[in-house]
Amino acid sequence: MSSITVLEADDFVKGLQGIGFDFFTGVPDTILGGIIAHLTEERLYTPAVREDEAVAMAAGAYLGGKIPAVLMQNSGLGNALNVLASLNLIYQIPCLLLVSWRGFEGKDAPEHLVMGETMTTLLDTVRIPHRTLSQKTIVDDLKWTATTIMEKRVPVALLLKKGIVKTIQP
Amino acid sequence: MIGPEEGVMQSRAQAMAAMLELMTDQLLIVCNGFPSREACKLRDRAQNFYMIGSMGATAGIGLGLALAQPDKTVVVFDGDGNVLMSLGTLATISALRPKNLIHVVFDNEVYGTTGNQPTYSRVVGLDKMAKAAGYKNVERVWEREDIVYEFKAMLGDDGPSFLLVKVNEQLEDADRIALSPAELTKRFKGSVT
Repeated sequence: MSSITVLEADDFVKGLQGIGFDFFTGVPDTILGGIIAHLTEERLYTPAVREDEAVAMAAGAYLGGKIPAVLMQNSGLGNALNVLASLNLIYQIPCLLLVSWRGFEGKDAPEHLVMGETMTTLLDTVRIPHRTLSQKTIVDDLKWTATTIMEKRVPVALLLKKGIVKTIQP
Repeated sequence: MIGPEEGVMQSRAQAMAAMLELMTDQLLIVCNGFPSREACKLRDRAQNFYMIGSMGATAGIGLGLALAQPDKTVVVFDGDGNVLMSLGTLATISALRPKNLIHVVFDNEVYGTTGNQPTYSRVVGLDKMAKAAGYKNVERVWEREDIVYEFKAMLGDDGPSFLLVKVNEQLEDADRIALSPAELTKRFKGSVT
């Protein structure tokens, strides 16, 4: 039994707002369910139909003065890759990618295993800075996110494993 | 196949020039390939954002911008190949109903920048898809007079609006965008905020 408590979704959202994020879009995943439910309740969330569309909307919002975050399952990284590479990374348009880590350590349904194993390598290859969130390091993780986005003006990924932020009970 | 529009169709640059002339303080997102080069040559302004890559993302960028800047009118210059790549965005725009978004699609029925390979827009009516999705105003035009009339009407009306401009395949002789992508971001953002 772990002694570390699972973060409440509203506290986590407050943390993101605290470092400036004010535009939230994405495509759902079960790990992100609690966060999306809270964002929706607060009328802060604009759903997209695909992850590349979400990243495009976030880019438009950034051009319009917002600081955007995109929520997605890691399978969606594949969908979003071209927009990240040929828009965000060359135009210096930052956004936070809050990516759920399905297939972590091979413990998931078959469709998640390849991306689950290769995601961090993929992010390194396309030069998207990333960190894996934990309850212990969250304050520092958020600080790092804000600093990296401000200084480098690139997309930054925070990887979210199961059990870090509370999700909706089935 | 000879359509009813044959013979009276404008080039995209001609249609674009007529529309750019009508624009004042509206924000403009232009899709990748020749459309961006043409818009830059015809009437460059700080409020123009030119895409050079990320095909399919045009309307998504325009939508995000329209949501972030609800008091400004956002015009998107899109292409048939771009729209076909992200048809889902027609649904997203229709569902979110941004009043300040005008989605213009220059439809030449080919991937013009890569050598005129045909797109499916010669058989699938993109205006019908936009209408079915739920855009508030949808028009299909090809003659200069109608292009000007409908675009003017859309500039003065609540959206989301969809203007399908059927154009011929002619490309304007236009250079690549001189500013770097990062400079384009900086210039555009500066013009908005």
